[in-house]
Amino acid sequence: MLELRNITKRFDDFCLKEVSFSIDQGDYFILLGESGAGKSMVLETIAGLVAPDSGNILLNDKDITSEKIQNRKIGLVFQDHAVFPHLTTGENIAYSLHGTEMKKEEKHEKVKAVAHELGIVHLLKRKPGTLSGGELQRVALGRTLIQQPEVLLLDEPLSSLDTRLKGDLRRLLRAIHRKGQTILHVTHDYEEALSLGTRIAVIYQGRIIQSGSPAEVFHHPKSEFVAHFIGVKNFFAVNVVTENQASFAYTADKIPVRIVTDLPDSEGFILIRAEDILLSVLPVETSATNNFKGKVVEIVPNAGGIDVTVDMGMELHAQITRESLEKLGLITGKVCWAHFKASAVKFINI
Amino acid sequence: MNNRYSVAQLSFFFLGSLVLLFIVAPLAGMFLNTTPAQVFETAGEAEVRDSIWLTIYTSLAGTLVFSVAAIPLAYLLARKQFPMKKLVTGIIDLPVVIPHSAAGIALLGFVSRESVLGKMGSAVGLDFVGHPAGISIAMAFVSIPYLINAARDGFSGVPVRLEKAALTLGASPYRVFFTISLPLAWRNILSGLILMFARGMSEFGAVIVVAYHPMITPVLIYERFGAFGLKYARPVSVLFILISLVLFIGLRWLAKEKESEMVK
Repeated sequence: MLELRNITKRFDDFCLKEVSFSIDQGDYFILLGESGAGKSMVLETIAGLVAPDSGNILLNDKDITSEKIQNRKIGLVFQDHAVFPHLTTGENIAYSLHGTEMKKEEKHEKVKAVAHELGIVHLLKRKPGTLSGGELQRVALGRTLIQQPEVLLLDEPLSSLDTRLKGDLRRLLRAIHRKGQTILHVTHDYEEALSLGTRIAVIYQGRIIQSGSPAEVFHHPKSEFVAHFIGVKNFFAVNVVTENQASFAYTADKIPVRIVTDLPDSEGFILIRAEDILLSVLPVETSATNNFKGKVVEIVPNAGGIDVTVDMGMELHAQITRESLEKLGLITGKVCWAHFKASAVKFINI
Repeated sequence: MNNRYSVAQLSFFFLGSLVLLFIVAPLAGMFLNTTPAQVFETAGEAEVRDSIWLTIYTSLAGTLVFSVAAIPLAYLLARKQFPMKKLVTGIIDLPVVIPHSAAGIALLGFVSRESVLGKMGSAVGLDFVGHPAGISIAMAFVSIPYLINAARDGFSGVPVRLEKAALTLGASPYRVFFTISLPLAWRNILSGLILMFARGMSEFGAVIVVAYHPMITPVLIYERFGAFGLKYARPVSVLFILISLVLFIGLRWLAKEKESEMVK
């Protein structure tokens, strides 16, 4: 339905480089990337606010690259909603109906219907200065949805909201999507991407580096950036060598990690979940085939417990409980052993 | 809250008081040396009333006519980068820095009957020299920078993303300007219009060269001073200042009322 082909745009200190992806009708497409990666620029280029230096944008097979902004049938909700402060909520929502052939009463009814769908009928006569962040985001959505755009572009719609409001707005976005709206949603939050998206593309330094279903992207990250971005900390580039029917993935530091694979000698990445790494303060015999001696370099509490970084020639992150930390007496600088099974190591061939 | 003042703040208050005294003292002196009876008598003179009215409407006309082009120019300056933009900004500030009588001489050459503009005006029965139209032009020339700069600041304060949002909602650039940019910059624009109007009303040097007659009030004050002395110039001055104050306080109050309505 919407296709970007090799979109390139140079700015003073930034560049979008040959950005290409396609969105099918009914998709909830997530463009995932860190701040400054070019996500908002991609949206503004699709909307027509920025003209690309090269490349094409197609909507329903029609090239709209040079089409006027007003004629693109694409709706854009800005990161900070950009609701007009001098107009009431109702006037904001009705803004795009100007110049249409609708009668005043019809416009009024349409505004009410959209406001009702978004739960903001009671706010129609209020000015934006008196509304909360969540309410403003709904007004911005209503203002855009009333045009019935072919594609709805959302620029970090949840970033300025607190946790409770985020949940509310996510439910609303799912509801809008279920009604058939095609959505392109830009975010830096991978959990948001997982919870909403049907397809994901990862953008880094102005370039799409991976795209696919959420499962493909998150279970088979194709680069260290993607892996770290989605919260995988143990991600290493390796060369796999099979010796005497045992496969070893050699990291850049020449550390041999035992893995299970049928693939011949090849290059790729290994990914080890922090929860799969066990720590001990003594060299113990375990069923794990990967046992490395190292030193604790960092201990950081997180939502799941404690992240312990062990330097064993390469830095490994282990996720343990506070209880375990205290039982083992782990402190920065202490020598310890890290253990994990070969089957816990996921090898991603490139 | 700590109500004690430091030595530095006290010294600033003292210096500030001197500045206020510098402004207030001459005016207070003039008011105290003029009786209400003299002011009322002066207000009864047809020549004075006609002059004050002329001053008001010529400045108002000049402000309104030139604002039609000045406000869009201010918008361009706020939004667009273009070659020689710094030069354009410098040109806009010229009328503030050049001597006003010199400005009047320049304008005289520009609007006299022998000039292109003068001939065009004569063709439609409009003369500029010695005519209210010429007065309006002279007033606008010296005061237009105040409007352009205030309006430019106003437009600069309107977030660009609001205009972008309006475009994505199907508005043409004209509609964006009139429904988003202009209303949101209105407070600054109105302030600029009031300043331009006020500055125009108080102009003397440029106007006296282009049109000694009919006499605007600043010229009338000068003539009475020259012909009859300080005592006879004071009542007109006091009356003109009072009317100016009433006008501008009234305009500012109206502007605040409108701003309150927009906020509600």
